[in-house]
Amino acid sequence: MKQPILKIKNMHKTFPGVYALKGVEFDIFPGEVHALVGENGAGKSTLIKIMSGVYDFSEGEYEIEGKSANIQNPLDAINKGLSVIYQELNLVGSLSVAENVYFGRLPAKNGQVKWKELYSETKRYLEMVGLNVDPRLKVQYLSVAQQQLVEIAKAISLNSKVIIMDEPTSALSPKEIEYLFKVIRELSASSVGIVYVSHKLSEIFELSNRITVFRDGQRVGTVNTGDVGEQHLIMMMVGRELADMFPKHTPAIGDVMLDVKDLTTEKVSDITFNIRKGEIVGFSGLMGAGRTELTMALFGVDRHIRGTITIDGKKLAGASPNEARKSGLGLVPENRKEGGIFPGLSVLKNMTIVSLSYFTSGIHIHTGAERKSVQDMINSISIRTPSMEQLVSKLSGGNQQKVLLARWLLKKDLKLLIIDEPTRGIDVGAKAEIYEIMVKLADQGLSILMVSSELPELLGVCDRIYVMKNGRITGEFNKSEASEELLLEKAIH
Amino acid sequence: MPLNKRLENGSVSGLLTKMMRSEIFVLLIALVLLCVIVSCLSPVFLTTRNIMTTLRQVSLTAICGFGLTLIILVGEIDLSVGSAQAVAGLVMVLVLNSTGSIVLGIITALLVGAVYGAINGILVTAGKLNSLIATLGTMAIWRGACMVTTNAVSIQSTVPQFQELATGFVGPFPNALLMAVAVYIALYYMLNKTTFGRYLYAIGGNQEAARLSGLPVARMKVIVYIISGMLTMFAGVLLSSRMASAQPTAGTGFEMVVIASIILGGVSLSGGIGTIAGALLGMLILGVLQNGLTLLDVSSFWQDITRGLLIIIAVFLDARRKDSVVKRLLREQKKQEGSEQAAL
Repeated sequence: MKQPILKIKNMHKTFPGVYALKGVEFDIFPGEVHALVGENGAGKSTLIKIMSGVYDFSEGEYEIEGKSANIQNPLDAINKGLSVIYQELNLVGSLSVAENVYFGRLPAKNGQVKWKELYSETKRYLEMVGLNVDPRLKVQYLSVAQQQLVEIAKAISLNSKVIIMDEPTSALSPKEIEYLFKVIRELSASSVGIVYVSHKLSEIFELSNRITVFRDGQRVGTVNTGDVGEQHLIMMMVGRELADMFPKHTPAIGDVMLDVKDLTTEKVSDITFNIRKGEIVGFSGLMGAGRTELTMALFGVDRHIRGTITIDGKKLAGASPNEARKSGLGLVPENRKEGGIFPGLSVLKNMTIVSLSYFTSGIHIHTGAERKSVQDMINSISIRTPSMEQLVSKLSGGNQQKVLLARWLLKKDLKLLIIDEPTRGIDVGAKAEIYEIMVKLADQGLSILMVSSELPELLGVCDRIYVMKNGRITGEFNKSEASEELLLEKAIH
Repeated sequence: MPLNKRLENGSVSGLLTKMMRSEIFVLLIALVLLCVIVSCLSPVFLTTRNIMTTLRQVSLTAICGFGLTLIILVGEIDLSVGSAQAVAGLVMVLVLNSTGSIVLGIITALLVGAVYGAINGILVTAGKLNSLIATLGTMAIWRGACMVTTNAVSIQSTVPQFQELATGFVGPFPNALLMAVAVYIALYYMLNKTTFGRYLYAIGGNQEAARLSGLPVARMKVIVYIISGMLTMFAGVLLSSRMASAQPTAGTGFEMVVIASIILGGVSLSGGIGTIAGALLGMLILGVLQNGLTLLDVSSFWQDITRGLLIIIAVFLDARRKDSVVKRLLREQKKQEGSEQAAL
């Protein structure tokens, strides 16, 4: 048996408060395509960043060609034959293709760049990946697929022995994907090891020799691609009993609560959809598909160019967050720290900030009534805090998220709650609790719009799912017909 | 010793460290120490007359300073308060001299104050200008306007009773002190017991979160500027009353003194953190210091230097405070995580 180029043994990595990798094993042989799969937060990115020298690891062994890798920084990793092509490509748009390929190592003599050599060498590498563009062209004029090929050409020019590709096809058309696969096969034929990270199982089965599955920071297993079927792989990935994670929601769905027609802002176009009473509706899509921008449009943060929003039969007058709040909308935004909590205020003051009118007569706030409502809410959704006077910034992420939910739940005339990434940065236990709260609320008749990048979460909680791409809605699925593959397909094509 | 025992048991130590950590407590100690030092150096300091003079002086600063505290709490600033005071005096004395009515003069000055506040507020919210720059501009404009209308000459009040307004007494207490106390009580209530106060702290603490919670951020800011504008003008009226004249140069450099004392009092320049009690203590400390220096015959040039040093110290403490809050939070978070992991 050949020696692996790269070998990782019993790797542990902790971040403050999070166990990101627990005793992970991974290796890659020359000429092999090794797929790395797992849900968001399973630890794939952490492993990539350790391999490429972005992160240090807490414990374990990392070998390159049998010797301890001892990688100090990303540049060191490149010198030791490791290239990473990230999902968001790492090229400088305002520089030429050649300058990008030779970034930081332009051929020079006496401080003068040898342009001729630079262009001819670049040309040679571009031909290897079959990219027929002028090396002098600025990268910003290339398509994403072409930019990816530039990255690959760069990796080849660096004599990389291992190329790690993170979701390389997420922005490519089928034809471009086909071409990329051809290039990958040629690379592996010339003994380069490819680590291929992807959500798309069909690609993995088509391309890879072996598959390693990660879940919750641990390696579930490594299998030969020929030995497993798709069902088995999904089971390995999802693992935990989804039924336990997601509470059962039998929607008692009523009349239309939110009706949006042709809503257009600078960032989203012609958005038409509805949410009924007691319904949980999800929005899926890739990063930058316009989902958060849609919540901003609904909540009146972004200016409307045209379109109407009707809530409970009443048309929303102006577009302002204040107006949206008065009409019965609530928003739990994507970034808890920046847009959600008031870090210098107590749990109590954070919770009642949008519902003070219920505790006020004249201008006087009755703190007794306020405290009672807050205590009831803390009990009912079990927020773990030593007291309601505790600064909210001292709570854990999951409890902060509950405080933000509570903030809107205290508003008795709330009709629609918009939750953007309800469980981002929250541990598994708290996640299940948040789902439970959401489902309970829907059962009580609240309409919920949730945006999420985690497909299992959308599939587990939502009654209906819309898919967005480029600021537009591209698909709509009922719970019964939706699947990860369908959602992804609509998000990409 | 029972106290020692109680300290060991932790029943007192918790309260004690809490008090030590409380900035109000630290400020109070600083104020008392300062008073002790000054009274040792000057026998005049502790006379009723001097105490009342100092309090009257601080009251004038405080009436304007309380308004400015609201502005800083909401995350903005107003550098034009000094110039605005000169405008207030001018408006007051002009109306007074032509109508003979003190009440009419005050009302006019307050109205001008509301307009002046609204202009600042609108520039900052609708105009999206940085408040530091915007009010730096209005500061120059107001001062210039005063100079132009008066030709840089002061205008005497022709109504002798006018001087009574700021220098008069009710029983043993100066009028100005009673007015400042009234303003303090009103604002204390508003900050702590009303929706206005909650919104103010929320907006100052995290403006983005306030906006995304649908709070009326712009409206609140304009209202705060209007309140502060009226209080500033009122303080300006009192200032002109004390001098029985409108001085076009009145309040020059005043903004820096007030801002410094507010920050010294624990109100964070970045907004959302601080109390009106702290601001008051900051102003008292600065007032006593100034009074002490005058009693000790320190030249006014040295007083300027001392004030400058105090501003630097205040801002330094503000930065340190933020630093230590962050560090404390990190420490506690780590502790919490440690225990969570142990629980796992």
